[in-house]
Amino acid sequence: MSKKVHVQTTINGEAVDFLCEPRNSLLEVLRDDLDLTGAKEGCNNGNCGACNVIMDGRLVNSCCVLGVEADGCEITTIEGIGSAANLHPLQQKFLEHAALQCGICTPGFIVSAKALLDENPNPSEDEVRYWLAGNLCRCTGYDKIVRAVLDARNGA
Amino acid sequence: MHAFDYATPESVADAVVMLSDQGKNACVLAGGTDLIVQLRENRRRTDLVVDVKRIAELNALSYDAATGVTIGAAVPCYRIYGDAEIAAAYPGLMDAARLVGGTGIQGRASLGGNLCNASPAGDTIPPMIVLSGEAEIAGPNGTRKVAVEDFCTAPGRTVLEVGEFLVSLHFPAPVPNSGAFYRRFIPRNEMDIAVVGVGASVVLSEDRSSFVSARIAVGAVAPTPLFVREAGDALAGQPVSDESIQRAADLARDAARPISDMRGTAEYRKHLTSVLTRRVVEGAVQRAKE
Repeated sequence: MSKKVHVQTTINGEAVDFLCEPRNSLLEVLRDDLDLTGAKEGCNNGNCGACNVIMDGRLVNSCCVLGVEADGCEITTIEGIGSAANLHPLQQKFLEHAALQCGICTPGFIVSAKALLDENPNPSEDEVRYWLAGNLCRCTGYDKIVRAVLDARNGA
Repeated sequence: MHAFDYATPESVADAVVMLSDQGKNACVLAGGTDLIVQLRENRRRTDLVVDVKRIAELNALSYDAATGVTIGAAVPCYRIYGDAEIAAAYPGLMDAARLVGGTGIQGRASLGGNLCNASPAGDTIPPMIVLSGEAEIAGPNGTRKVAVEDFCTAPGRTVLEVGEFLVSLHFPAPVPNSGAFYRRFIPRNEMDIAVVGVGASVVLSEDRSSFVSARIAVGAVAPTPLFVREAGDALAGQPVSDESIQRAADLARDAARPISDMRGTAEYRKHLTSVLTRRVVEGAVQRAKE
């Protein structure tokens, strides 16, 4: 086992320091050490998007980021996007459109869609589908998800 | 995952020292979208991961209409297609940069990483070949340059020697009446590995009725992405016509040496190589006329 490394980050607006081994993925650190279990481990190889977080303004798959790489970075996870008492508009629209079934992919979809709307507040359906191509859902068939995101647009 | 140490050199020279000291037991990390998965799945093993993202040259992205574009080996895809000037000058390269994985992958994955991963199906490699890309490599003996078409030597293998790493990629400025195009065939709409991928670049005569020169490269039909020089050369001096383009497509098909696997049979891939080459050359011609 190699030595643990001290990593300083900002997560959901708060300064967070942690120790991790270089081999630990950011996803493992979030879930196992920081108790932020909203990001899910789906494929663990960059295909499914269930582990999506926003890192320095960019959408990334946290399973394909080392925890040590997050040093000095600002990270937003699903926990930072809304709360039960104060849902983000995307979360509200996912509920209204019943855009989820088992729910494993949902945090990734919401984080990914938030990154889209941050960059492009009024995307077309094509742009939404293309952006979300890296998020896999094996329950819904995507239509309700896409409709929920379209309905959460500024102009909608 | 096997344990390893992690280093973040801030200069090319420091990275060379670290990589040389560790020999074959070190590996280079840029976007990590291939490397981290390979380490986790024990397809690779390393004692030291050298993260090159803090080295200025690896993050450089500069375009000059006279000399072309230099793309640091760790620059993620989103930065490349997010630069309006570069996107407009190199649409053939953007075709590929926009379809490497999904949005989350493109936030980290780089052209340099795609090249060093040396997959026969690496989407950005055929367009980098047809755009006459040149790789700048740093190592214990200084820097050297290698044409992209000579970079990959076998699946997962490259010309990089122990202690060497890729610093940047350079592409010459587009000349007037030129165009480039990349397209792959996949059975899904998005997020898949190419069954066949074809890149083409063309330079047309001033009246745009004939080819001055052309370059064609194919992916996923040989152990490495393949520069099919003879297919492009066959277009030089020929009129822009269905016949001349079909001749180039036939030559690309003849050069393809595919295997049969879950994505398609060898026979299917050869057929696809011909069809895609025809369409991709037509696409490059269209762009040259725009």
